[in-house]
Amino acid sequence: MSLTDLTIAAARRGLRGREFTSRELTEAHLAAIEALNPRLNAFITVTGERALAQAGIADAAIARGEFAPLTGIPLAIKDLFCTEGVRTTAGSRILSPFVPPYESTVSANLLRDGAVFLGKANMDEFAMGSSNMTSAYGPVENPWKRRQDNEAVLVPGGSSGGSASAVAARLAMGATGTDTGGSIRQPASFCGIAGIKPTYGRCSRWGVVAFASSLDQPGPFARTVEDCAILLGSMAGHDPKDSTSADVPVPDFAAACRREVKGLRIGVPREYRLDGMPDDIERLWQQGIAWLRDAGAEVIDVSLPHTKYGLTTYYIVAPAECSSNLARYDGVRFGMRENGVDLRDLYERTRAAGFGAEVRRRVLIGTYVLSAGYYDAYYVRAQKVRALILRDFTEAFAKVDALLAPTAPSAAFAQGENMDDPIKMYLNDAFTIPGSMAGVPGMSVPAGLDVNGLPLGLQVIGKPFDEETVFAVSAAIERAAGITALPQVRAGA
Amino acid sequence: MSYALEGSTGTWEIVVGLEVHAQVISKAKLFSGAATDFGAPPNSQVSFVDAAFPGMLPVINRECVAQAVRTGLGLNARINLVSRFDRKNYFYADLPAGYQISQYQYPIVGEGRIEIELADGSTREIGITRLHLEQDAGKSLHDQHPTKSYIDLNRSGVALMEIVSEPDIRSPEEAGAYLRKLRSIVRYLGTCDGNMDEGSMRADVNVSVRKHGEPYRTRCEVKNVNSIRFVMQAIEAEAKRQIEVWEGGSTVEQETRLFDHARGTTRSMRSKEDAHDYRYFPDPDLLPLVLDEAWVTGLKAKLPELPDAKKARFMRDFGLAAYDASVLVAEQATADFYETVAKGRDAKIAANWVMGDLFAALNREGRTIADSPVSAASLGKLLDLLADNTISGRIAKDVFETMVEMGEDPAAIVEAKGLRQVTDTGAIDVAVAQVLAANADKVAEYKAGREKLFGFFVGQVMKAMAGKGNPALVNEALKRKLS
Repeated sequence: MSLTDLTIAAARRGLRGREFTSRELTEAHLAAIEALNPRLNAFITVTGERALAQAGIADAAIARGEFAPLTGIPLAIKDLFCTEGVRTTAGSRILSPFVPPYESTVSANLLRDGAVFLGKANMDEFAMGSSNMTSAYGPVENPWKRRQDNEAVLVPGGSSGGSASAVAARLAMGATGTDTGGSIRQPASFCGIAGIKPTYGRCSRWGVVAFASSLDQPGPFARTVEDCAILLGSMAGHDPKDSTSADVPVPDFAAACRREVKGLRIGVPREYRLDGMPDDIERLWQQGIAWLRDAGAEVIDVSLPHTKYGLTTYYIVAPAECSSNLARYDGVRFGMRENGVDLRDLYERTRAAGFGAEVRRRVLIGTYVLSAGYYDAYYVRAQKVRALILRDFTEAFAKVDALLAPTAPSAAFAQGENMDDPIKMYLNDAFTIPGSMAGVPGMSVPAGLDVNGLPLGLQVIGKPFDEETVFAVSAAIERAAGITALPQVRAGA
Repeated sequence: MSYALEGSTGTWEIVVGLEVHAQVISKAKLFSGAATDFGAPPNSQVSFVDAAFPGMLPVINRECVAQAVRTGLGLNARINLVSRFDRKNYFYADLPAGYQISQYQYPIVGEGRIEIELADGSTREIGITRLHLEQDAGKSLHDQHPTKSYIDLNRSGVALMEIVSEPDIRSPEEAGAYLRKLRSIVRYLGTCDGNMDEGSMRADVNVSVRKHGEPYRTRCEVKNVNSIRFVMQAIEAEAKRQIEVWEGGSTVEQETRLFDHARGTTRSMRSKEDAHDYRYFPDPDLLPLVLDEAWVTGLKAKLPELPDAKKARFMRDFGLAAYDASVLVAEQATADFYETVAKGRDAKIAANWVMGDLFAALNREGRTIADSPVSAASLGKLLDLLADNTISGRIAKDVFETMVEMGEDPAAIVEAKGLRQVTDTGAIDVAVAQVLAANADKVAEYKAGREKLFGFFVGQVMKAMAGKGNPALVNEALKRKLS
């Protein structure tokens, strides 16, 4: 087995057992990046020298017998996390020259625990997108191919497309992502890996370029549920620099992966079906229900009646916040600047040249819904509906311990598909958005393949700050599914 | 008689409400740890939060919240235990985030009131609508370079309290009294230094005019007036302009105006049509601000004695008149100075000295009570010398002037200059005899009935004694000799 095929859990054991060094592990991944990134475009910036230096420090620590939870483990960092001294673009042209003089709390936590950073992962511009097609640094390729179709280049999902593609193709052992309306879960599903959006407030947003502050939440990607749990254990924790960060203890998530699901009550929300959804997804959902029942869980039908308003509400709240959050990209203090004849001209030229079409669309929508005369009809109303969506979950969680649903209404689609109609693209997040609006944790776990051999994920949604149950249920599905299929494009293939 | 302006169509009443921006005294900014010192080199007190770098988040400064609560308590206002921060969105070079964090819908302090005193001795209550916390913007410098504007972000993010009055003010004098009282209260509380010339207190003035008994007419807002005198001038100028507009058959349009103090007029800054749409919405980076009632109670218990309470006490304990008490409590330093002088002495004489000779000397020297050349203790000693007849009132004035100039101890001055009052009746009798002998004609006139000449004899005797004769004994001796 090649070093790039190891799970994080296995690599930790190997490093501790002196079977290989972090330098060897890191070099193997850098070689994989060199070989495949020109095709996949999963990284915007590769920091090979830094990675090797960090690996050297990790090896020295290991030699002294010092092991932190992630000592020597090579990871990819979504380019939305500010990294001190390393360019951070948020997938946007407007931040192309931006090198942060500070490290985000989440990436700093990973460094504290000994991680090695391979580079900055590609993403939809400012995390706005579900295909990674809106990145100013080019689209990312999904390492999976349709059966009997070597032509179609599939999208990895988005917005954390680079992170998901890199982990699936074995360019990194794990990666950070952020999830605002599904930006971890949907790409995890499309790329056949695991990814969790933790409870809002579980991970600090400090140093993460903001898209929609009330929804943004960092989380990990990895190829196994346990690896995600290991990563989240390092990423999470209260941060006094983020007023919305929750002051709650960080439990042993990895231990939770070994918990029994016997006796758990699993809710199946009847509203998570869309017209024209492939049969494969419905079939997989029923399969997931059967697996959990077989493992001793009690399955209960539940209703989340406001699910159908999730998408529309989200596309008011998120653009409203982004229209304000992105006002700081004005060409005055950092990032790119297009000079103008006066201040206003400078703003207009800089922002017109710096932002792509999807970002401009959302800034315009957000500006509109906050405008005098429209605020009550859109923003205030959306907040009321958001409260109802949260109430749906609260009421459901009075009856069940976790919910099971599909992650996305389709498997990965090809680059160019779904591009003509933004609404169609937005539907990708129909099953992930309600959980985002409610702030509850949700994990996508690979559960099967569709008729074309493409991976499909199931989503486990938990109570606020009960990621442990989410990990337990996800791990049970992972064990039952026993997937052996691998992406066609991967290191060592 | 209340204030009114005469127009060609009759008498107009003015209606004024003030929005005062008061910079909070705090070591750090409202949402960042950067310092707030005045006069620091440009852009030397700026954190990444203040400069709105990507991924930076605001964290509320607890001390700024406490200062706002203290101010609210000092304004007899309701403290809202739950308030919220909103974003006010607009683009400008000195507003790095593209929005200002402010409390739009749910302010930390609700309705309150303050009492103002007017020159005629009357008092009025002015309602406070609200007080909210918000961030200051940076400063644009347009005069440093022929083609460039410079931006100083030192002020960016500094905590301001916006204190909004009800439209209860009816004259420039009332506006001035309101501002002085407000400044006095925040200075007592230590929540704002009130220095309008440094920009730590600025006022937006809302002015409208109406005929007596009418509902309110359209108002205009005169922005950013930076002295009490200019506020008073701006009100009058703007009211007169509006009266002219109405009387000319036109309509006053709601707009934002600027006061040009060189010309003494206001001019349009932007009309209602050009007004920004600020797209206020709750700041998703901040949770609602929830105050613990016990914490508020604790702040209340530690508030200093405020001007109104101190004035009442001065009137009660020292027997001062309302006007004198108001003057003495206007500034905490003056009140403290006065109390030190008055303690254990004749409180009225102490008040006269502080408000008379001391204020005059400070005025002349261009000093404030804080750096007074004569300390409260020294002035007290001077009053003691006066009280025990060591010196006369006239000599006391001379000693005081020497104290102002040399800063010496009054007893030492009296000794060194030999100013001790003569109470030896023999010496006084000699001087009286000499004066009467030298002015036999005047003595005759006096005896014929010109009693006013008595003062002349006193003056001559005092002069002969180089001012050191005890005035009471001189009077007594003269009366005896002239009867």
